[in-house]
Amino acid sequence: MRRDERPIAAVPAFVWGALALALVVQIAWQAARHGAAPAAIDLPPPPRPQALRLASFGEAEAAARLSMLYLQAFDLRGLDYGRLLGWLEAILELDPRSQYPLFSAARVYAEHPDAARSRVALEFVHREFLRDPDRRWPWLAHAALLAKHRLRDLPLARRYAQAIERHTTTPDVPLWARQMEIFILEDMNELEAAKIMLGGLLDRGAIEDPAELRFLRQRLAELEGRIQRQSVK
Amino acid sequence: MPAAILARYILLEARRSGLPWLAAASIAVGLALAAFLSQVALTESRALQAATLAALLRACAVFLIAVLVASSTLREISDKGLELMLALPLSRATHYLGRLAGYAVCGSALAAAFSLPLLLWAPPGSVALWGLSLALETALVAAAALFFAMTLAQLVPAIAATAGLYLLGRSIGAIQSIASGSLTEASPLAGIARLAVDGVALLLPRLDAVTRTEWLLYGIPDAAAYASGLAAIAVYTLLLIAAGLFDFYRRNA
Repeated sequence: MRRDERPIAAVPAFVWGALALALVVQIAWQAARHGAAPAAIDLPPPPRPQALRLASFGEAEAAARLSMLYLQAFDLRGLDYGRLLGWLEAILELDPRSQYPLFSAARVYAEHPDAARSRVALEFVHREFLRDPDRRWPWLAHAALLAKHRLRDLPLARRYAQAIERHTTTPDVPLWARQMEIFILEDMNELEAAKIMLGGLLDRGAIEDPAELRFLRQRLAELEGRIQRQSVK
Repeated sequence: MPAAILARYILLEARRSGLPWLAAASIAVGLALAAFLSQVALTESRALQAATLAALLRACAVFLIAVLVASSTLREISDKGLELMLALPLSRATHYLGRLAGYAVCGSALAAAFSLPLLLWAPPGSVALWGLSLALETALVAAAALFFAMTLAQLVPAIAATAGLYLLGRSIGAIQSIASGSLTEASPLAGIARLAVDGVALLLPRLDAVTRTEWLLYGIPDAAAYASGLAAIAVYTLLLIAAGLFDFYRRNA
């Protein structure tokens, strides 16, 4: 790797000057550029999934995650949610097993202060959940919580909770996620429906853990008590 | 054994041309990039690091091997070293295969070195399968670069042809799926285009089926699919070797 060199003094002064000047101009030019996040309006229309796959040259997993980093650099305010969700959809198609797009949809884009945008993001999570419920349920569970606590839309929260209960088949889904609909029904004061669901869950023998069984039986008894008290009034 | 001696000379040349330093620099840049990305990721930071590093190191391995093969072969042709070698009592096949074996060993060494940092993020079994696949992929690239360098006899066309073949091999699956997509027009012209794409695909290696990052992220692949992917690469390498030998035997010094 070594080469025969002449001493540094052999370089003429004008070459030194040109090198130093070019370096200073380059640094000054770059320093003057604004390094702020790109404006939301700059988000280009989403690419077709096949185009994204073609551009990834077979590295779909890396391209999907790098595209997410690109997307998250855009300012949330004023972001066109139609375009944004198109991007998320294309990225999910590129790597369906990645959790990044749904994490961002549920945890970042659905938490937008504007309720309309938040709903759009939540619906996206619901739509994508239906394609792979056993892997994507955590994000719909989060969507149900957002609908309940942030949007205060209990019917919407119930729809999401119901989807988790109905569409997931893996035993990895914890009981709290399966029972979410029951608790939402309680909040909606739909005590009879909650009681039927809870009773059904216990009768099906889906719960094997003794502590959980005890807790749910206690919960059922409480529900029956509340229903009785309501009927007395 | 003359072929082994030739292969040894190739390894010596690779070492002296700074290949180990370039490999170390690739790993250092990859690790720095992974460290940076882990700071900006909101989730799946380990998967992001592994995927990006694997993609970068795979590209580096292929680029380094292609440039090494093309530049070293063409230097030997211009220095008349090849003519001298051909004057030796060696068969042309021994000469060609000895060189290629040397480059393939370089590729395997690169694949092994590039697999090591991935152990930080992926299980050893997955990394071993990825590394073996990369070694075969670099052997294919070496065979392609040697073939193009010998036939085209100029550096830029040889590297461009190797890069073109490699990139087409990695994207032909996506091109085929675009051509046969449900939204594609069902006209005779579209049908001809689809047939043309399918025809080109028959002459290309399916590089998108090997050295897959998903093995590192989501676990080892199905044994049959893995073996079939690697076998297809081996078959294509043999095709390139046969084509290279065919051309080399016709060469008039």
